[in-house]
Amino acid sequence: MSARVGIIGIGQSNFQARRDDASYPDLVREAVALAMKDAGLGFDEIEAVVYSLSPDAMVGIGNAERLGVDAVGARNKRFLRINTGGATGISSVAAAWTHVAAGACDVVLTAGADKVGECGDSQTVLNKIWDPIYERSLPLGTINMLAMSAVRYMHKYGMTEEDMARVVVKNRRHAARNPHAHLRKETTIDEVMASRMISWPVKLFDCCPQSSGGGAMILASERWIKARGLNAVWITGLAHSSESYYLGDRMGRHVVADHADAHALAASFRKSYAMAGITDPARQIHAAELYAPFSNTEFHSIEAAGLAGLGQSPAMLREGAFALGTNAGAVVNASGGTLCTNAIAVTAMARVAEAALQVRGDAGERQVKGARIAVASGNGGDHQFFGTMVLEA
Amino acid sequence: MELLKRQEDWKITYTHALGETASWFYVQIRDHAKIFGKRDVASGRVLCPPRAFSDQTLEPTGDWVEVGPGGVIEAFTIVYDKFNNLPDPPYAFGYVMLDGADTGIGGFFKGVDLTSPEAAAKRLGVGTRVITRFAEKRTGDLLDFWFEPSVS
Repeated sequence: MSARVGIIGIGQSNFQARRDDASYPDLVREAVALAMKDAGLGFDEIEAVVYSLSPDAMVGIGNAERLGVDAVGARNKRFLRINTGGATGISSVAAAWTHVAAGACDVVLTAGADKVGECGDSQTVLNKIWDPIYERSLPLGTINMLAMSAVRYMHKYGMTEEDMARVVVKNRRHAARNPHAHLRKETTIDEVMASRMISWPVKLFDCCPQSSGGGAMILASERWIKARGLNAVWITGLAHSSESYYLGDRMGRHVVADHADAHALAASFRKSYAMAGITDPARQIHAAELYAPFSNTEFHSIEAAGLAGLGQSPAMLREGAFALGTNAGAVVNASGGTLCTNAIAVTAMARVAEAALQVRGDAGERQVKGARIAVASGNGGDHQFFGTMVLEA
Repeated sequence: MELLKRQEDWKITYTHALGETASWFYVQIRDHAKIFGKRDVASGRVLCPPRAFSDQTLEPTGDWVEVGPGGVIEAFTIVYDKFNNLPDPPYAFGYVMLDGADTGIGGFFKGVDLTSPEAAAKRLGVGTRVITRFAEKRTGDLLDFWFEPSVS
C-alpha cells in the first residue's frame, strides 16, 4: 500500500430547507471557504478539484458543475465531476483520495452543494432514474423503493413501525446537538407514529428532509501533510461496491441480494475493514455515520457495517445501543444523519466529514467520547452504488 | 433585503426504443394477454421481466418461458401522499414473483380496500397469492396488467 491520504480541511453549511440568500454557486463557495479556512490553505495550493453533483434535475441546472467551476477555484486546474446518486459525496471523496494515492497530486479539493428544496418535484426527478421500459410506468421513487425494503425487512426480521420511530427519535436527539443539521427538533415515538402516512410503512417523520447547503473537504498526501507539520484525519480503509439493477431481482427464488438487506453495502464495508485491518467492527468502531435517508434503512446499514447481526439491530436499539451516551459499541449517526439533513449531492460527503470530526475530537456537543475510529457510508441510485470509509485520528 | 425567485418547468420529450427483448415481451402482452420470462442459461433462473442478458454471467439469456398468471407478492407499498406527476393516492403497487418465474415483476395491486393502511398491508403481505388481470384495451405497457389477491 502506498503512503496514507489525510483529510486536512472540512467545510459544511448549516443546512436548511431553502437558502434564498444564496445562489447555487454561492452555496458551493460557502462550503469551499469553510474548508479552506479549516485547512489554512490558499487556492494556489490546490492541484485538482473533484466536483460532487448528483442528478442535474434536482438543482434544475444541466451540468451544473459548469456553474461550479468558479466557486471551487478550478481555473487552470484538473477538474472531474462525480455522480453516483446519493453516494455522490463519498464517491467524490474517494475520487479525491485516488488522485492523491495514485501520486498524481498532493492536495485535492472536493466540493459541491444542493438545493433540493428548490425542486418542487423531487420524487418526479427520482422517478426518472428508473428504466423507461420495465419500471417507470409505475410510481417508483426513492421513498416507495425503500418502503418496499422496509416491508421485506419487517417480513424477514419482525421490525415494527415503532422500531422505525425509535430511529427517528434517536437521530433527532442527535441532530439537536449539531448546528449543521436541518431538522433539529426532538420528537417522540408517539409523534412519529402520528405523522401522516406517506408510503406504508414510511410516515412523514420517517423521511429525510429536502435540504439546501454545501460541503467541501481537502485531502492531501502524508508526505505533504508531514512536511508542513499539519494535523490530519487518515483514511485507512475505503471501498465501493455496486448492486445489480433490477429491484425485482432482489427478491424471489435463488435471490443473490435481498432488497430487505444491503448486500453490496456489506461487501463494501468488508473490503474497507480488510484494508484498515479492522477485524471486529462491533468492538473496534466508535462512531458510524451511515447513509440512511429513511428510518428503516438505518437498520440494514448498521448490519451491513458489521455493528449488528442480520435482523438484530432493532432489538439492540430498543436496549439503548447506537445512541450518544451508550456504553456498548458504536454510536450511529451522532450528527443526526441523513434522516435529519439531506442535500443529496453532498449528503454522503457529510457522512465522511462528520466521521472525520468525530475522530478529530471536533464534533462539539455531538462528540462521541474518546472516538478514535469512525466509519462512513453512502448509498446511491436504486440501492445500487455503495461507498464506505474507515477514518482514524 | 428583498430576495427574488424565478420559476421554471422542464418539459422534455423522448422516444425510447424498447429493443428486441422487451418488444417481443410487450407484443405478447398486448396481443395475447400472456406474460413471458427469459431463462438465464447458467443458473436456470427465469428472469421476468425478461432481459437479453444475465446480470450474473453477462451471457445471452435462453428460451422464452410463459409465466403466471398466478404468483406471490414479494414486496409492496401503499401510497397515501400525493407526489406531483405521479398518480393520485391512495394506490398500492409492488413486485410479484409469477408462477414459473424466479424474480419479481412490478405492477399495481387492485381489488383491495386501502382505507386502513394496517388492514391493507395485512391483505398485501409478502407471500400473498395473487392473480394477474389484463386490461381489455392493451397498448404494450406494464400498465396493461395488474394483480389482485386470489380468492381463497
